[in-house]
Order: sequence, then structure tokens, then C-alpha cells
Amino acid sequence: MTTPRVVAAGASVLALLTATACGGGGGGAAADDTMHVWMYQDTLVVVQEAAVERFNADSDVQAVIDEVPGDNYEERLRTAMGSSEQPDVFFNWGAGSIQPYVDQDMLMPLDDLLAEDPELADAFIPSILEAGKVDGVQYGIPLRGTQPVILFYNEAVFEDVGVEPPQTWEDILDLVDAFDEAGVTPFALAGADPWTEQMWLQYLVDRIGGPEVFERIHGGDMEGWRDPAVLEAAETVQDLVERGAFGDAYASVSYTEGGASTLLSEGRAAMHLMGSWEYSTHLDQDRAFAEDDLGYTVFPPVPGGEGDPANVVGNPTNFFSVTADTDHPEQAREFLGHTSREEYVADMVANGEVPTTTNAEAAVADSPNPEFAAFQYEMVRDAPHFQLSWDQALPPETATPMVTEIESLFNGQSTPEQFVDALAAL
Amino acid sequence: MTGTDTSETSMRALPQNRPARSGPAPAAPAPSPRRARPVRHVGRPGGAWALPALLYFGVFAALPMVLVAYLSLTSWGGLGTPEFIGLENWSRLVEDPVMRRAVWLSLVLTVLNWIVQTPIALLLGVWAAGPQRNRAVLSAVFFLPLLLSSAAIAIIWRALLDPNFGPLAWLGPRLGLESVDVLGGPTSAFAMIVFVTAWQFIPLHMLLYQGGARQIPASLYEAARIDGAGMLRSFWHITLPQLRHTVTTSSVLMVVGSLTYFDTVLILTGGGPGTDTTIVPFLMYRAGFRSWELGYASAIAFTLVVVATVIALLLVRFTGFGTMRSTREGL
Repeated sequence: MTTPRVVAAGASVLALLTATACGGGGGGAAADDTMHVWMYQDTLVVVQEAAVERFNADSDVQAVIDEVPGDNYEERLRTAMGSSEQPDVFFNWGAGSIQPYVDQDMLMPLDDLLAEDPELADAFIPSILEAGKVDGVQYGIPLRGTQPVILFYNEAVFEDVGVEPPQTWEDILDLVDAFDEAGVTPFALAGADPWTEQMWLQYLVDRIGGPEVFERIHGGDMEGWRDPAVLEAAETVQDLVERGAFGDAYASVSYTEGGASTLLSEGRAAMHLMGSWEYSTHLDQDRAFAEDDLGYTVFPPVPGGEGDPANVVGNPTNFFSVTADTDHPEQAREFLGHTSREEYVADMVANGEVPTTTNAEAAVADSPNPEFAAFQYEMVRDAPHFQLSWDQALPPETATPMVTEIESLFNGQSTPEQFVDALAAL
Repeated sequence: MTGTDTSETSMRALPQNRPARSGPAPAAPAPSPRRARPVRHVGRPGGAWALPALLYFGVFAALPMVLVAYLSLTSWGGLGTPEFIGLENWSRLVEDPVMRRAVWLSLVLTVLNWIVQTPIALLLGVWAAGPQRNRAVLSAVFFLPLLLSSAAIAIIWRALLDPNFGPLAWLGPRLGLESVDVLGGPTSAFAMIVFVTAWQFIPLHMLLYQGGARQIPASLYEAARIDGAGMLRSFWHITLPQLRHTVTTSSVLMVVGSLTYFDTVLILTGGGPGTDTTIVPFLMYRAGFRSWELGYASAIAFTLVVVATVIALLLVRFTGFGTMRSTREGL
């Protein structure tokens, strides 16, 4: 009597389960005519959208861009890669960020693509193409502009206080005092996003000890954190914090919500150490400020430091990688070829990016701000060393606790000595 | 496994019950007319009816827990096959200073949540059960925070507390506050989590207490009034004892909720500043989905499940809640 109903109930539960299990779409695992391209969602994605349109015009396989919100791009990607919903082509930071996928043989080696198409191989600045390699094998093709970390400043505020942009470390310290007295926060800092604080340490370690210090750590030797350059950099950070270089309310300021950039454009902060995308952020939020009052300069040398003051930190660029299991290997490779094309480079320039192609110098003149674009292009071209962001260069299991330690150092919750000990213990 | 067991026993039990099912029980000689009112015996429902629930529990609770227990013995980055490493994650868990701190913070949060929320929820709930004017309107207002999602609540409070652009940045200095970077200070960030949790969950517990208070027979209060008891006395000697099971229910919810509290911490403080609000569930998330050490995260998760279950069971046991005795007994 009761059995049919029970069976019906059971069946509907099962149906529900199967429905949920199959419900999460979006990936490209199903063999169809669509090629899924995962992109980090921001204002720059229009360049890739235009490329997809050109690609689709003469291809049977249609490429589709899946925009993934930036905040947890890496989490979403890793989850998708671990499931059957893998993308065919995806955006990444090269190096450590794709190492786990390489270890699992999930990516397609692209060396032969570059060998077959020397034009593509020669199109990019060699050192930048190099950053798309893991264990000597090419897995990434550059897809975006270069993103060095630059010292931005508010020209109007400098004029009001009657000071000049910093050239040396002494200048920095003098400026901190001058702005502090004038009631302006010397440096905007988004302490809720510790990667913004990481930029300071990266430049300081590089200026004090040179790129070799981090190279050793990157090679897997955590004792490298005990290099005197790291301790000196941490002490410099402590000194800056105590001098009030970042004001007294930075620990909960967020970059992604625009807090730090707004402080700079409103003139409540005088300077901001940030990636080159800061320029497009202001262009987007406060065009007048970006065009009239946004100044930029390089990070100054530190007295007694061994590092070349022309060295740069940040992201050399972003890369496209192809998954090994894609149903459309040929089309994916063809699509990657689009990133060096003239139209693509022109789109990037028009969007305020500085391309990583060798012929970009001429194109840069068409940028909305040629002066800034040229400054950035030359900075990257002439840099003896371009240090990839630590949290992208290191594997996540050490990068995650590292950024937490950096946050504690900036908040004064740990001393420079404790900071070094904690990092060496990772 | 347990599913089939139960259903078999109840199936076997079924025939014995059958005669009773056919109609009202024969009016047996009752020792006391009050206790043995003729009850219409309804046979135990077949265990098969529990199948959907058991299936659901099995698939969404039991199976994942077994998987998590297994994962805690492996090293796994979310890709490829988990590699069996024995008890390595567990020995690391015991020695990890961050984990130890997270456990401490979780316990402090649980205790503070209970101390802050229980008295307020109890008083509001009892008040809301009364006959006052405007009570319905005010109750509805108090109830509002419960209708918002945790994420929305955290985002709103974050905006309100923004040290540069929030209302607090304007108001703080005018009130003579030294630092307006509330979420950037270790103690103040933790205090804000306690506050926002209370703001969000007091309505739920208030609702429980309101329901409980409404169940208290009015005759008790009448008797007390005749005996000359005032409001405070009635509250102390009637309301509170009558609500003791509600207190247990609410406390279990509160304790288990506090131990597994996560979303607000993620959005409001991100476990920071530093690790000062990194409670155990957040540490689990950080280990699992930031560091991609899913084996280690599983060990943390499993610990959390065991600890929360044990505490809930102890609470139920030591408060006598499990015996199912009614507060109305003897009335």
C-alpha cells in the first residue's frame, strides 16, 4: 500500500540529486562546437572580446569568453580544473600560478607552437615570454599589457605642500614628515588586501639585496628569508609605519573597493605605490584627475643597497594557457596566435595598456596618455630584472601564510625579527 | 547501513501493532482517569518512510563526513589523486600555533556570543510575548536583521565602519574616538564580530524565547499575583524556570552556530588584522581554498564537527534536556 509512494519519493529525491549534479554548467567539457576562454573580469577584457569576435568570423568552432569575477578567480579556476568543467583556454599569471596544473600534466606544452610560428615567437619581449615557462617548457602566451609597480602621486597635493617628487630614500623620509605636518597621509595603503603591502617589501628587498635574495627563496630554500636584506626591509617597513607614512587608518582599507585610489585622487593621500593598472582605474573613476594631476615615478634606491635601481617588480604580464584535455587543440592554438596581431595590440593600447610585444614602442604613441605609456614601456624594457609578485611566484601553500605575515608586520603585530622567523618557518 | 536496520526492525514490529490500529483502543480499566484517557493508538509508521530522509542524510551528511575523514589522511591540492600520508596532517594540526590560536579565538567567540546574546534575546523574547501595545510592530522591527543574508549584513557593516569613507569616520572623531579603524585593530575587530553576530542572531533567539514564554500557563502568573509576587519575582521564579528547555535549545543553536561561524568573518575582516580574527572555520577555508591543502583543511573540518557535536551533546545531557520531561509536569 505504502510502497509506491515511497518509491515515488525516493525516485524524486534521486532525480533531484542528478539534476543538481548536472546543473552546474559553464564549462567546456561537453564535446560541442564551443571553446571556453576563461578571463579575469575587469575593464580590460574588451580587448579579448574583440579578439574572440575576429576569431569566430572564420572558424567552425566558436570561442566564448567566460568572465570570472576577480576576487576569487584562482579559487574558481582550481575548482574547475579539478572537475570535468575545465575551460579550454584560460587566463593566468604564469610561473607558480600554473605550476600545480603542470605537475598534473593538465596543460598543453606550447614550444612547438612557437617553433612552427616564428613570427609569434619573435613578437614578444623575450624576458616576458620567459615568464610563461614552467620547468623550461612554454605553457603561457602573453595576452595583456605589462604591469610594473609604479610610485604614483597627486601633483596638486605636491604643489600645495610645496615639495618635489622623491628621487632618493631621504626624499621619501622628508616627504613623509612634510605631508604628515600638512595633515595629508603620505602614502595611501590598502591594508585589507595584503598584496598591496607586499609590493613595498618586494621593492625594498630588491633595492637592498638585489633579485638574488628572492631567487633563493623561489628555488625552495626558506632559509633565504633570513638574508639580512629581508630583515632590513622589514625594519624599514616598521620605521615607515612608526613615522606615520601610511597614516593611522590603513589596516581595513580595501583596494578592490577603490578605497586607496580614492584617497589619492581626493588628495587625502599624497602618494600610492601600485601596479600600472592604477592609471586605468583613475581613468575610469575620475578622468580629470588621471589626465591632469596623476604623477608617476620609479621606486627610489635605498642607501647602501646592492640592487639595481632600474629593477622592477609586479606582473610581467598575464598569460593564456591551454588545457591538455581540450576538445579543440588546433583552434585553441590558433586563437593564441591572435594575441600578437596588430589589431589586438592596437586594442590594448587604446585601452591604456602597454603591450609586451617588441614593436609596441611605435604603437604606444597612440595611447590615451602617450607620455605615461612610454614611461612604463621604457621602465620595463630597460629593467635588468622584473620580479613577479611573490604571491604568484610561490606555491599557494607558502604564499597564503606569507601574505598574512606581511599583514601582521605592517599592522605592528609582529616585529621585523618575528616576521623573518615566521617566514623562514614556512 | 543503519537505514536498512531500522526499517527491518520496524517492519517486523508492524504486525504486533496491527490490532491496535483497527480502531480506538478498548477502554481498559484506567488507574487514573487523567493519565489514561482513551488514546487512539496509531501504529508506528513503516521505516520505509524514513528512507528519503535517511537517503538525504546519507548522501549530504554521512558520506561527505566519511570522505572528509579519509581526505584528512591524505595530501591533496584539489587536482589529481589524493596521496595517502597517514597521520601527518593530524600531527601538524596539534603542533600548528595558528590552529591553536584559532581554537582559542573560536572558544572565546562562542562564550562571548552566549553571554551577549542570551540575556538580550531572553528579555526581548519575554517582552514580545506580553500583551503590550506596539509590541507587534517593534517585534517586527527587531526581527528584520534575521531576514538579511549574512553576506549582505557583513557588507553593510563594513561600509559603515570604513575608516575613511564610512559614517564612523565622520562620527568617530566627533565622539572623541581615538581610532576609527575599528576593523583594523585586533581587539576592536573581534568585538565587531561579536557585535554583528549579536545584531544578526538575537532576533532568532528572541523568537524562540517568545514562543517559549507564550507556552507558560497564565494561571501560574495569576497564582503568583494573588500571593503578592511582583514582576521581578514572577520572572525569576516562573518565567525563567519554565523557559529552561528553551534556554537549552537556544544555547545549543548558539554554541554550534558560533563554532561554525564563517561568512561574516570572511567578508567583514578576512580573518584579519593578521590572524586576530582567524577562527577555526575561517582557518579551514584558508587552508583549503587559499593554500589548497585540502588534506589539512579536512583534518580541521573533522575536528570541528567532532567538537561541535560533543559540546552540543554535553549541553543537552547536563541540562536534562534529553529526558524530554515537560516543564508542565505536575500542573
